[in-house]
Amino acid sequence: MKKIAIEFKPISVIAGKEFWDRIRNRWVLAVAVIFTVFALVIAYFGAAQQGAVGFRGMDVTIASLVSLVIYLVPLIALILGYDAIVGERERGSLELLLSLPITRFELLIGKFLGLAGALSFSTLAGFGLAGVLLSYQLGATALYHYAGFMLSALLLGMAFLSIAILVSVMASDRMRASGVAIGLWFFLVLVYDLLLLGLLVLAEKRFSLSFFPVLLYLNPADIFRILNVFGFKEVRDLYGLATVLPAALASPWMLGSAMVLWIVAPLGVAVWRFK
Amino acid sequence: MAYNAIEIQGAVKHFGPTRAVDGVDLTVRTGELFGLIGHNGAGKTTLFKMMLGLLPPTRGDIRIDGQPVRGDAFREVRRRIGYLPESLALYDNLSGLEIMQFFARLKNADLASCLPLLEKVGLADAARRRVRGYSKGMRQRLGFAQALLGSPRLLFLDEPTNGLDPQGIREFYQLLRELREQGVTALLSSHILAEIQLRVDRLALMKTGKMQALGTVAELREALNLPLDFQLTLAPGAGESLQRALAGQPAASVQLDKDTAHVRCPREHKMALLHLLTNLEDSVVDLQIREPSLEDVFLGYSDAA
Repeated sequence: MKKIAIEFKPISVIAGKEFWDRIRNRWVLAVAVIFTVFALVIAYFGAAQQGAVGFRGMDVTIASLVSLVIYLVPLIALILGYDAIVGERERGSLELLLSLPITRFELLIGKFLGLAGALSFSTLAGFGLAGVLLSYQLGATALYHYAGFMLSALLLGMAFLSIAILVSVMASDRMRASGVAIGLWFFLVLVYDLLLLGLLVLAEKRFSLSFFPVLLYLNPADIFRILNVFGFKEVRDLYGLATVLPAALASPWMLGSAMVLWIVAPLGVAVWRFK
Repeated sequence: MAYNAIEIQGAVKHFGPTRAVDGVDLTVRTGELFGLIGHNGAGKTTLFKMMLGLLPPTRGDIRIDGQPVRGDAFREVRRRIGYLPESLALYDNLSGLEIMQFFARLKNADLASCLPLLEKVGLADAARRRVRGYSKGMRQRLGFAQALLGSPRLLFLDEPTNGLDPQGIREFYQLLRELREQGVTALLSSHILAEIQLRVDRLALMKTGKMQALGTVAELREALNLPLDFQLTLAPGAGESLQRALAGQPAASVQLDKDTAHVRCPREHKMALLHLLTNLEDSVVDLQIREPSLEDVFLGYSDAA
């Protein structure tokens, strides 16, 4: 196969269509509103169980938000992306698209960028608005932490979107793609940590767990959690799990790179499988 | 240098043990209106996809406009190609015009040409309505308009009249003729023979992945040498004498039905049979000779295989 130069115009046309489709059908608006409302509710009423109502400070708010985002963002990203390729295939429009002067690589990257744009836009707008509304109560450090949280939520979304695109490329029909997407969410977000905890309890008595931190890196949801947890001492104490991570592997740069790898790798496999 | 629009040599496509396309040679000349005929599952769509570079052939060589179907050079060829896939569902949430504009951008075609093309296929009034509310025929018209974006030199139309009403079919072929006068080459597939018979320059018959026959309708008839059908109106009670008279004829078969008879005879015995029948003027009141239709040709090839 001869090498083909990449053209940017078809990428931007595909990305633009995906993005504006999500703006037009109010997907972006709906997700942004959900994020804003949740962030504000958690900030003011998160401590209601302890009998207190009102803003409790940024670190605790972020800790609660992390628990929410870790469920919500992967689910939203998977639902957003699972249809990207398999949907076109099932409609019959994929053949038409590929008969045009556009390569498979350009189509796939365009799809990813457009959807990633929509997801990023709603994440930033949703949590950003909440941040602005909270800002009068916050100092510079707290805002900095909040910005870090937003960025990590963004990366988490991209990682799961990348996984969703891979699912969409591999699946033979939409039904199967949605099934696999929900299954992956269930496993990575709900089951994986339980398995790790079980392993931890078992290992305490029998074998050493030097490879344990690696297992945390194998799940983007866990990377996200650690990224946010290690920022603040107060929050760190809330999570026993994070204490098993050696300092070297807990640096934000290491974690950030791992997250970027989680975005690039599934997309890379998707490009390869889409040939 | 002028190339043939399509040149296929020994194209083979296997899906596991299935031979969807099994050694196809085909040349479509530039400016030709070429019909590809075959039952569902004959391999037409697979052949289309191979010509468009959507499926790599297992073996064989395919050239479109002189270019092999791969690499950057073929990307340039793609700009001159229009394609209407067999079963196409476009984006329901967009209007016809928006869909045209989306494809025009991808094809680097003039955005201002979108509306005139929709007018051309009779969708001017529906241009700004969402495709969700389009009928099957309207969707097919939109698909055709999309294929015409960027003034393509070569059209690949897979079952283009699917879902069109008779009026739509007539308009479609009218438009296709206009395009051919401008030098556009078109390859279209169909399983409706009567429709395509009088409207293409040449056609190919495909069955189980192979080309059964290729040529003009007249050439196909010639090649297969299908028998002529003499339809006779007989005088009352003349059936017996007709059968007696034809008993000595080697290649004629007679079918009697009250006062009419069908006599099938090979083309080369036509004059001899005519001579004999004119000598039976007491028995034969009237006579019509029917040429085999493309339908017969098609069935003939299907049976022969």
